[in-house]
Formats: sequence, C-alpha cells, structure tokens
Amino acid sequence: MGLTLSWLSVIILIPLAGLFLKSLELSPEQFWAILSSRRTLNALRVSFGLAFAAACVNLVMGSIIVWALVRYRFPGRRIFDAIVDVPFALPTAVAGVALTALFAEKGWLGAPLAALGVKVAFTPLGIFVAMVFIGIPFVVRTVQPVLQDLDPEIEEAAGSLGASRWQTVIRVILPSLAPALLTGLALAFARAVGEYGSVIFIAGNLPNVSEIAPLLIVIRLSEFRYADATAIAVVMLVVSFVIIFAVNRLQRWAQSRIPVR
Amino acid sequence: MTIEVRNLVKKFGSFAALDGVDLKVNDGELLALLGPSGSGKTTLLRIIAGLDWPDAGEVSFNGEDALAQGARERHVGFVFQHYALFRHMTVFENVAFGLRVQPRAIRKDEATIRARVKELLDLVQLDWLADRYPSQLSGGQRQRIALARALAIEPRILLLDEPFGALDAKVRKELRKWLRSLHHEINVTSIFVTHDQEEALEVANRVVVMDKGKIEQIGSPDDVYETPATAFVHSFIGESIELPVQVEGGVIRLGDQPLRLAADGLAPGASKLFVRRHDMLVGPPGSGAFEGAVRHVRNFGPVQRAEVALSGGETIEIDAPRDRELRAGDTIGLEPRRYRIFAGA
Amino acid sequence: MTMQIAESVSLSAPDARARAHAAAARNNLRTEPRAVRIVIIGLAVIFLTVFVVLPLALVFAQAFSKGVLAYLSALADPEALSAIRLTLVVAAISVGLNLVFGLVAAWAIAKFDFPGKTFLITLIDLPFSVSPVISGLVFVLLFGAQGYFGGWLRDHDIQILFAVPGIALATTFVTFPFVARALIPLMQEQGTQEEEAAISLGASGLQTFFRVTLPNIKWGVLYGVLLCNARAMGEFGAVSVVSGHIRGETNTMPLLVEILYNEYQFVAAFAIASLLAMLALITLIAKTVLERHLDEGQDASDH
Repeated sequence: MGLTLSWLSVIILIPLAGLFLKSLELSPEQFWAILSSRRTLNALRVSFGLAFAAACVNLVMGSIIVWALVRYRFPGRRIFDAIVDVPFALPTAVAGVALTALFAEKGWLGAPLAALGVKVAFTPLGIFVAMVFIGIPFVVRTVQPVLQDLDPEIEEAAGSLGASRWQTVIRVILPSLAPALLTGLALAFARAVGEYGSVIFIAGNLPNVSEIAPLLIVIRLSEFRYADATAIAVVMLVVSFVIIFAVNRLQRWAQSRIPVR
Repeated sequence: MTIEVRNLVKKFGSFAALDGVDLKVNDGELLALLGPSGSGKTTLLRIIAGLDWPDAGEVSFNGEDALAQGARERHVGFVFQHYALFRHMTVFENVAFGLRVQPRAIRKDEATIRARVKELLDLVQLDWLADRYPSQLSGGQRQRIALARALAIEPRILLLDEPFGALDAKVRKELRKWLRSLHHEINVTSIFVTHDQEEALEVANRVVVMDKGKIEQIGSPDDVYETPATAFVHSFIGESIELPVQVEGGVIRLGDQPLRLAADGLAPGASKLFVRRHDMLVGPPGSGAFEGAVRHVRNFGPVQRAEVALSGGETIEIDAPRDRELRAGDTIGLEPRRYRIFAGA
Repeated sequence: MTMQIAESVSLSAPDARARAHAAAARNNLRTEPRAVRIVIIGLAVIFLTVFVVLPLALVFAQAFSKGVLAYLSALADPEALSAIRLTLVVAAISVGLNLVFGLVAAWAIAKFDFPGKTFLITLIDLPFSVSPVISGLVFVLLFGAQGYFGGWLRDHDIQILFAVPGIALATTFVTFPFVARALIPLMQEQGTQEEEAAISLGASGLQTFFRVTLPNIKWGVLYGVLLCNARAMGEFGAVSVVSGHIRGETNTMPLLVEILYNEYQFVAAFAIASLLAMLALITLIAKTVLERHLDEGQDASDH
C-alpha cells in the first residue's frame, strides 16, 4: 500500500510540478537560473538541512519519550502522553510567537542561554528549535503502537540466551522498531521542511543565513515574481518527494524481514 | 544436572497458580509437566527458568540455590510455544545469537561460532534454511530452529513450554518422535510442558501430572496410566469409565445395586469407581461384579464399542474384543480386570 | 538426601537469601536498572517541559501579564473582534464544505470499487504532504492577477484573492483530508452489509444514507469535524499567502497574532494567541474522548 501510494504521489506531484512550470512557461534555462541563485540555494539549504537535523533530534528524543511512556509508570505519565500531541494541535502562529518569546534574549529560557553566550532567537538555531517542536508527535505516535505490541517473549528469549539488557535493546528491540522509527523520521522531516508559521517568528529571516524556503516563496509572491516562487516550490516538492520515497522504500525493505503480524 | 523444587508457592492475587509443589528432576531425564490449563505447569516451568519468581519455596540446581540468579545466569535453554524467533535476523543469526552475546572474555571467535551453528542446524536437519528469515519458515521448522537456538549456549537444562502447541496434529506427531530421539542423542536434562497426555506419555521418561497448582502424581508413563494415584489422574489420563458409588457397611453400591466387589479398606461414603473401557471383561450374566444390558454396539477399529446400561442405573461404554460378538439386547456380566475406587471424588 | 541439599545451599541467614532472591527477581529480563529508568524518564519529562509546556504556559503568562482587564480589552478591540468573526466564518465554511466532500469521498471509497480509486485516496492526502505555503501558492497561480483564471475573474469583477472567498478556499483545501481520513477506515471496516440489507428491504439511497450509514459513523464524523475545525481556525501559512493582510478585513486570528506581534503589541498578540491555544487544548481533550468512543465501536463491530 505504501509503495502504491508513493508511486501515485509521484504521478501526481511531478505533473503538478509540470503544471506549475508550464503555467508560467518557464524554459529549463530560466528554471535553472532561478534555482542556482545564491539566495535560493541558501534558503533550500537552510530548510532541508535544519529540517533533517531537527528530525534526527526528534528520532532520538522521540525514542526516549516513547520508551518512557510505554514501558514505565510515573506520576503524570498520562498528562505527558497527551502533551505529545500539542505541537500537532496548536496553531502554527501561536507556536511561533510562543517559542520566540521563550527563547528571546529576555525570555524564560533565552535569558539563561544568553548568559551562557548562546543566542537562539533570530538565528538558525531558532529555526532548528521550532522545527524540533513541530516534529515531536511524529516519531512518538508512529512508534508507540509498535512498541506497545512488541512480543514480551522476544525479550525473555534474548535474556535467557545470555544477552544483557543493553544487548537485548540494541540487537533485538531496536531492529524491530526500525520501520516505525524510519517512518516517524520521514514524517517529522517532511513536516519541518514545509513549516512556515512556527518558524518565521523565531527565524532571523536574514537572506542566505536564516531564511527558510517557504518564506522566500512568500517574498517572491509579494514581489509578483511568480516564476521564482513556483520554481522554488517545485524543487521543494520534488526533493521532499524523493526523500520520502527513499525512506518509504527503506521501510518496506525493513518490513519485508519483519512482517507485521 | 539435577533440579530440586521444594514447597513452591506462587499466587496471582488470590489465585494460587502453585500451591506447594515439590519435585526432583534427575540428571539427563526428559520430564513432562502434564495438566489442564490453569494447573500451574507453565508457571512452574517459568520459575525454574528464571522468568518468574515464586512467593515462597526453593529451587536448586545441583544443590545450589537457583533463585538468587536471573535467567541469564542460570544458563537454561528455553523454547517458547510461539517460538519467539528474532524476525529481523536470519535463521543462522538466530541460532548464533546466544554465542554472539557472550561477554568478550569468553566469546568464541567467528569461525568457532559458525562451526557450532552449522553443527546445530545439522542436528535439527535444517542447515539448508540458514539464510532464510523466520517468516519464510513453516511452524514446525520454526520450532526446530528455536530448539537449535536454545541448544547453542550448551544449556544445563532445556525447558520447553508447550513446544508443539501451535502446530497442527500431523506435524505435532512427527516432532514428538523427533524430540525423543534428539533428547536421546544430546542427553540434556529436559522438562517440557504439555496439556496433551498422548504427547507426555509417548515422549517423556517421567510424567508429572498437575492440577490446580498441585502435583497429583509423578511417575513413568506406565505408572500414571496403569496405576493412577488419584481420581484426577485416572480421569485425565486415558479414557475411563467413572461410576459414582456408595461404600456402606462393607458393601459397594451402584445406585441401589450392590456390586460384587471387595470393600475392605475402603472409607465409607460417596466415592468414584474408575475402570478403563478395555478392562471390563464380558461374561455371561451373573458372572461379574456388574450386570447390564447392551444397548448399542459398533465396531471401533480393533474392538467393539458397546453401550451398556448397568443395572445400577448408569450407562457406560466398554471396549470388548471382537471375537465375542455382542448384540443389542444381550444381557451380560462385566468383571473389572483392574479398577480403582477413590473416596470423596 | 534432603539434608545434604540443605547443607550445600548457602549457609547465610534466611532473610539474606530472601533479599538475594528479591534482587534477582527485580533484575528481570524486561526492565532496565533503576538508574537508567530515572534518567530516561527525566530526559523525556525535561524535553517535553522545555519544548511544549513552557511555550504553552508562556502564551497565557504573557496574555495576562498586564492584568485581566488589559487581556479583555485586547479581545474587545474592533480588529480583534473582526478577526475572530472572520476566523469563525471561514472555519464554518471549511468544515461545512469538507463535511460534505469528506462524506461523499469516504462513502465512495469505502463502499465502491472504481478505477482511479487509489488516485483519489492519494489526492486526499495531498494537502497533508505539501507545505501550506505551497497550497497558498497554488491558489495564487490559479486566481491571482497573472494566474490562470485571473483575467476571467477581473473581467467579471469577482474578487477571490485578498478577500474572504480566497481565504475560505485556501482553508478548505488544506483541511480537506481530516473528515475523509477519519471516515474512510471506519466505513471500510463497517463494510456494506447493513446498507445492502436496508436497500433489499426497500429503502431509497438517501434513506439508507441517513438512517443506516450516518448513525454508524457519527463518532467518526465528529472526530473528523473536530480536527478539521481546529486546523481551519489555526491555519496560517496558506491563508497568509492569499489574504493580502488587509487589516480589519482579511485578517484571521492567526494573521492578527502575527501583525500584533510584529508591532510589539505583545499583550494583544498573546491574548488572541491564548484563545487559539485554548481551542487547541479543548480539541485535544475532545479528541481523546472521541477516540475512546471510536475504539469501543471498533471492538463492538469485531464481535
């Protein structure tokens, strides 16, 4: 099903991209010229690079969070479980202003960080923070059902064969969770790349430094440079697409060895 | 390796899974824990394995306290009912797992590990599946791999939890025979849990019959079949005729009919008489302890299975040899060649 | 025999033994040592507090930082009221339209087989997988001054972009998947048997729909509507592109938050933000309640 969906998405998005290009009658040379402009390349670099880094952080922290929520009992566990969904439910503009105020130089967290010499708001680090925020639910919610359904006998088998707890986690549990982890990573990445509202407040929005690709699209639109805006959109779509397709394949390969019961 | 279990108690809430269990397992024997579900057999097995702990009692391996060690340290091989194979690893890696996770100090080198895995796969006759994944194997193959995996660490005991329970009847029968011959070859002390008495009697050196958290009888398959110690064992193992009887004033009565059976040494009161279907000898009326009229006869393999209405009021089924042809309506006498009476059953 | 065994067993006192047993039992094969557990729980709690709890708390702290009166007057400001009104209108339109589209799409997908079915399913997921800015871009390309229909619209004096219709359209587009995605698996699982039974008993298509299909999916509908509404009210990226940010006319609540924040009117910005945050929290609570109903329904239909 996942493969069919990916193929069909290719079939939709590539023509969509084609539609955009045709509607503006861009020749390949013009297209390339727009893309290779320094500002565009930097915006894409900022968006994709930081989104990937944020998704990786969410992979690690998401794993820790989901382990704590599923395997342990602690006071407030249910509340923290519900809290995981907040980044998904909260309007992006609210998240944006809240994160900015939190990490600004006089903010609750920004102030102590500034004392340590770390500036978050209005820097690429701020973009990174916002992208981490937005991706929190994806790894957790994708992995949670898989972890909950994990066969306890697998762990008992590993232990009875002499594996230490750490060996059991690394050699047995983690590989079983691999497809879900990869899916979560891909979803978090896809969301972070396209994110606008949560990011533009805390980003410095300095061209070439802390300007995200969606913002550049909006700026080009406001300049009535439709062709530029479209070209960037097409690239974003195609690259995200390829990455998600690759992860989907990776996940299907992993799943072929671990059939979902 | 000998195992001794003393006075084991395990409760889940108010339910007593094990209610004072004592057991000695001899070195090298193949022991069956047999009983219906809820009898405590799996709980007992898991406690011996170190996957669960008792509320009270002792477990010792070769005289040493086993309860102070976890499953890892006890060096037991455990085979699960649903195999618990690592689905993301090949068959080879599954079997090699126990050898790969050993502490650096005692871990063998790659060549030795490979040789050992090959040896084990040859032992279970599945070396040709080494590169497959568990999802590509049949149930029977998976269980044999699970066994090979457990044997890889050279365990002191082998514990099997309903190893053939998830397989269909034909595969079960094949694997039973295979397990018996395998045990003969490797000679590791082994305990397996089953609710299938045929399996227990066919495979094991000794059978432990359990019910409701207690051991009803321990003995060889012949012992538990021919001389059951309690009413439960008699009715659980093999097919029996069960008759409610009254023992009063030195006479055993079925309903209002006195039976021509000796009542010496029997406690007075309500009791149950157990006799095997094929242990009821057919004779002319008046010749045996029981009288009855044949209601229905059918041929059943090597015997005739006859439904007989006894003159004490009960209707029973007996298996009689084919040479003496019975017919519906015949009046016959029945003499139990061998029988047991259990008081208060 | 028993005596020999008793002697070879550890000679330490019974409670030392019991403690050794208890320690071995605790160290079982399915948990980590206590120290590890504490670290993992600690990391999880700290992370979630820093990234989620603090920002949420800050919204309310800032909104009320100058007192309740300042908070209320910020909300009563004409621009704020106009934004609230617009948000509600747009949400009502999106939810209404998507309810109908979603029902129809889910019904078609769950109950019938037709060529292009998988294509339709992927199309439904499309707004989810693209950036909201790109969704807005699509509308600008279609309806903008230089867009496909731009000329035609200008000739007929119809204003889509930089006006309410554009905002409503963009919002409807990005929130389209919610109702459909909530209903499709539900309806697929329920199958077509009940509808077939109703029709065989003489009910018309519409009667079947209202009397048989709808009651069965009511929790799914509520769930989809809830999520659709939350997203519709909170949508920022797509709306930002198509709205033109005309104060008092084409600002929804999220857009107004941006404007007020950029003008350093923090109390006002966070006051509006707090309304949206409360909406999010209520949505989450309602979602949990509805999920329980949906699970129950699933268990019931499994029998």
